[in-house]
Amino acid sequence: MTQIRPLFKREFLGYFRSPVAYVFLISFLVISVSLAFSRYGNFFKSGTASLETYFLFFPWLFMFIVPAVGMRLWSEEKRAGTVELLFTLPITTLEAVLGKFLAGWAFLTLGILLSFPMALTVAYLGDPDWGVMAATYFGAILMAGAYLGVCALTSALTKNQVISFVLSLAACAVLVFLGLSSFTTTLESILPVGLADVVSNFSFVTHFDAFTKGIVDPKDVIFFLSLIGFTLFLNVVALER
Amino acid sequence: MIAVQGLVKIYGTQRAVDGISFTVQRGEILGFLGPNGAGKSTTMKMITGFIRPDAGTATVGGIDVTADPVGVKRQLGYLPESAPAYPEMTVEEFLGFIAEVRGFRETVEKRARIEHVLTLTHLASVRAQTIETLSKGYKQRVGFAQALIHNPPALVLDEPTDGLDPNQKNEVRTLIKSMASEKAVILSTHILEEVDAICTRVIIIARGRIVADETPAALRARQPGARLDEIFRTLTADNASA
Ligand SMILES: Nc1ncnc2c1ncn2[C@@H]1O[C@H](COP(=O)(O)OP(=O)(O)OP(=O)(O)O)[C@@H](O)[C@H]1O
Ligand SMILES: [Mg+2]
Repeated sequence: MTQIRPLFKREFLGYFRSPVAYVFLISFLVISVSLAFSRYGNFFKSGTASLETYFLFFPWLFMFIVPAVGMRLWSEEKRAGTVELLFTLPITTLEAVLGKFLAGWAFLTLGILLSFPMALTVAYLGDPDWGVMAATYFGAILMAGAYLGVCALTSALTKNQVISFVLSLAACAVLVFLGLSSFTTTLESILPVGLADVVSNFSFVTHFDAFTKGIVDPKDVIFFLSLIGFTLFLNVVALER
Repeated sequence: MIAVQGLVKIYGTQRAVDGISFTVQRGEILGFLGPNGAGKSTTMKMITGFIRPDAGTATVGGIDVTADPVGVKRQLGYLPESAPAYPEMTVEEFLGFIAEVRGFRETVEKRARIEHVLTLTHLASVRAQTIETLSKGYKQRVGFAQALIHNPPALVLDEPTDGLDPNQKNEVRTLIKSMASEKAVILSTHILEEVDAICTRVIIIARGRIVADETPAALRARQPGARLDEIFRTLTADNASA
């Protein structure tokens, strides 16, 4: 497992070796902040000193942003032929999968934490609940990991980055839509209520919402962590096939 | 050191590699020859554990590659065809990464390894350049440097002199020859003179099968007076009509 370190390091620094990292981090901040201040976000009008309106959009934003980070993880290696180099080095597939995933996750975490000035603004304007804030950040990071797990998997399926992006986007979209009330009503009309509940239980929105209210429910944590574990397992299978 | 027994790889209906067996001892340089698509690269990919054989076994230093792929990979230096490398890294960063994965984590030792291969492959002048800005020959040398960094007992080199200028071809051949006394080397090539220049043994394959396995001298003796490329043509054409 000590082999993960150099892989992580190469992958993480790799983001900064190209303009990708800067373009990504800046657009993420610009989009997330402007959404919060937009008509839909009502950052000011909400009248409460919290970031709830800022984080409201994260499940949606991640749907586009995380595939942009995840699509290159394996597709790029396959296209450039460097997989052959990577997998003839003395590492196991699991180590490679973990090294890459953790690097992408660390990068996303960095992006999320860069929004901390927003929190400071709120603190300046009012008296936010730091507990809720911490829970929300924790939830956002967990959710980013789950999205990334999905995207890493789809990226392992193709050497074409565009296909990889579209596949990831579609997979993430499904995971978001499952939780929308209009969608669940439709589900309930075609499926037994119990089953519809189970299905909508797979939505990221449902599980993320609790965090933004300051509730860290072990069930939600386990949901995201097990989704990460499951996608990484499939990732290994997809690469070894 | 390297032993291959009945290797088979099937792509669709095509038997890309069709029952290849040979062994390479330390001190031997095996030249792997054959027309395009004969199965040279595919055989090498199976020895290095990148793809799984459909039948047969490959062992390096007594370790079976399907049973313990990581164990085999530790002992091998492999230069894949067309020398893939991470384009956005500099030569030094890239070799540093390889050194770390190969277990040289300590700064001093890592530095020493990098310096050593930079000198061996004449890359010192481009050490701070990103790989994407290198010319083809330099990229090839980076791939070669990467394969040598841990001083492995076995080397698998897929067209190591491809894209090099005549001086560099000569350099690389001399380098391989000088290291060969304690290593087992397999190299593939399309340059027949290379066989005479450095190989202690030649294997010619066509359509996934071995059609000749002998010393360069024995190969020449097949048709006294003929040029090597004529012998090569006769051997590989025979197979095509058979
Ligand atoms: N991934 C693959 N899928 C399908 N066929 C493949 C694949 N890889 C190789 N082949 C086929 O296997 C055969 C052997 O290919 P290989 O690359 O081993 O040839 P080679 O001897 O290295 O040729 P060259 O001298 O051109 O490098 C070829 O006919 C090739 O088309
Ligand atoms: Mg080849």
